[in-house]
Amino acid sequence: MMAEANLKSTPQQETPREADEPRDSRLVRFGADKPLKLDSGVDLSPFQIAYNTYGTLNADRSNAVLICHALTMDHHVANVHPVTGKPGGWESMVGPGKPIDTDRYFVIASNVIGSCMGSSGPASTNPATGKPWGLDFPVVTIRDMVRAQAMLIDHLGIDTLFAVVGGSMGGMQVLQWAASYPERVYAAVPLATATRHSAQNIAFHEVGRQAVMADPEWSGGRYLIEGTNPRRGLAVARMGAHITYMSDAALHRKFGRKLQDRNNPTFSFDADFEVESYLRYQGSSFVERFDANSYLYLTRAMDYFDLAAEHGGVLANAFRKTQTRFCVVSFTSDWLFPTPESREIVHALNATSARVSFAEIATDKGHDAFLLDEPELFAIVRGFLGGAERSRGLSAAG
Amino acid sequence: MNMQTRQSELPAVNGARSTSGRVDLLVVAQMVQPGSRVLDVGCGDGELLKILTETKNVDGRGIEISREGVNFCVAKGLAVIQGDADTDLADYPDDAFDYVILSQTLQATSHPRVVLEHMLRIGQRAIVSFPNFGHWKIRLMLLFFGRMPQTANLPETWYDTQNIHFCTIRDFRDLCEELGIKIETAVALNAWGHKLRLNFPWWVWNLFGEQAVFRLSRRR
Repeated sequence: MMAEANLKSTPQQETPREADEPRDSRLVRFGADKPLKLDSGVDLSPFQIAYNTYGTLNADRSNAVLICHALTMDHHVANVHPVTGKPGGWESMVGPGKPIDTDRYFVIASNVIGSCMGSSGPASTNPATGKPWGLDFPVVTIRDMVRAQAMLIDHLGIDTLFAVVGGSMGGMQVLQWAASYPERVYAAVPLATATRHSAQNIAFHEVGRQAVMADPEWSGGRYLIEGTNPRRGLAVARMGAHITYMSDAALHRKFGRKLQDRNNPTFSFDADFEVESYLRYQGSSFVERFDANSYLYLTRAMDYFDLAAEHGGVLANAFRKTQTRFCVVSFTSDWLFPTPESREIVHALNATSARVSFAEIATDKGHDAFLLDEPELFAIVRGFLGGAERSRGLSAAG
Repeated sequence: MNMQTRQSELPAVNGARSTSGRVDLLVVAQMVQPGSRVLDVGCGDGELLKILTETKNVDGRGIEISREGVNFCVAKGLAVIQGDADTDLADYPDDAFDYVILSQTLQATSHPRVVLEHMLRIGQRAIVSFPNFGHWKIRLMLLFFGRMPQTANLPETWYDTQNIHFCTIRDFRDLCEELGIKIETAVALNAWGHKLRLNFPWWVWNLFGEQAVFRLSRRR
């Protein structure tokens, strides 16, 4: 009876509904005839992918750009987000006249498998039970996400993508695309990413997952069924992760040791410091839009990512004979995916004589720099895509 | 021309390459067969790659040590990576390119000999241009003033320069001999950027050539 009461008092607001029937999104459902073959050995079927498109596909279907989103982002890259009401997640990069120019390119952004914004994931309804999947949802990998995206691209009747672009977990998908479907990717732009998740990054993710699972309201992952909500655990996970997305210098620049709306410390455990208040806000706003189990699944997918391991331990083999042109970008203050990890990608690509550009951008904005206002990044992406467009002889959209 | 403006926009680019007398770029470009695969080591602001792409339709790549130079090149659509001739050439497989170019950079590397060996491992041919330290002006400065030479082409003081391994045309020929490298063609440019006559003997080149450009291949 308690559970029943809770279910009413804690309205299971946006998340499950958004997971099944995403607003402001296109949706493709793959039936029993088209299962998603997962690395775990499970066939996921039926399943669905939520996505958005911007711009127009040209007559020879050669101007499609796929955006791969980062961990907690989604396919609302250049439209108002239906859950938060905020601008799209990458409007600085994607839009008319922007570096990924929707006047020239047909931009596709899809929500990854395992997420909670409309593509099948742990918050989606399990067709077998009529209830949210929860932990019964199979564990997915970066390669599974990319397989699902390839099915979406097939569904859209697109053979070759002009470019695949993404940062962080999105960058992992970009690299996986180039390794799994080299003939379908003309240009690849992996930003602030790596070919494998480092031990330190797995460690950070584990702290986040443990925070979620330590919340009694997580209820063994059955919170959507039991009507509880592991807000505190997920918020703590987000607070910890958010620190890793910024740099010490940026935190110092933004907050320093400034106190929040007070002149003196309160000698309590209130959010005395601005930085504490900021993190609490980041945590609490995150839980309004994200599903705790999805957070577990997606962090896991990143942890499992190791492109060299898929190719006999030799990274260069992942890109052997690739014709794809690459633009790898890292940021000086990114300590989550530091420059040496991008350099490893570049070394592997050099070893295969691939056509690669690699730039490191000086910024104090940390890992998140790829999503922020970085004019040098915009110039590089615009210039790289322009060069690729010329060599591809791309015809205009429309 | 606009190369000069670019250079002034980018003061940090290209410490090793001199900012004047870029006639050597055109001489280098003339030595490249159209449609070939080219790696430009120390490509600076990408001017040579741009010339080669536009006039010779090459498949060009670059390595540049300065971040500003790299980002400038990539934003122009050139395939350039941030890297160091001394450390990053080792990653490339044998015979990956038709030409590996090192323009006005050899004297700034820590291990010119190793760099040269890598160039001819990675590429069928290597094209190297460098300032000739045997030029008469440089000899006179050392002889009469007893100071490290500073010229319009090499304006930095000895304590500021990135050029740590100067050589003369004669020295360079000796190194090629020692490494079993074949000199296919060579050009010396005088102070005005004019080519010295081909029938001049090497010692004239070594005295009057301010810059030298060599095209090299492996001796079979």
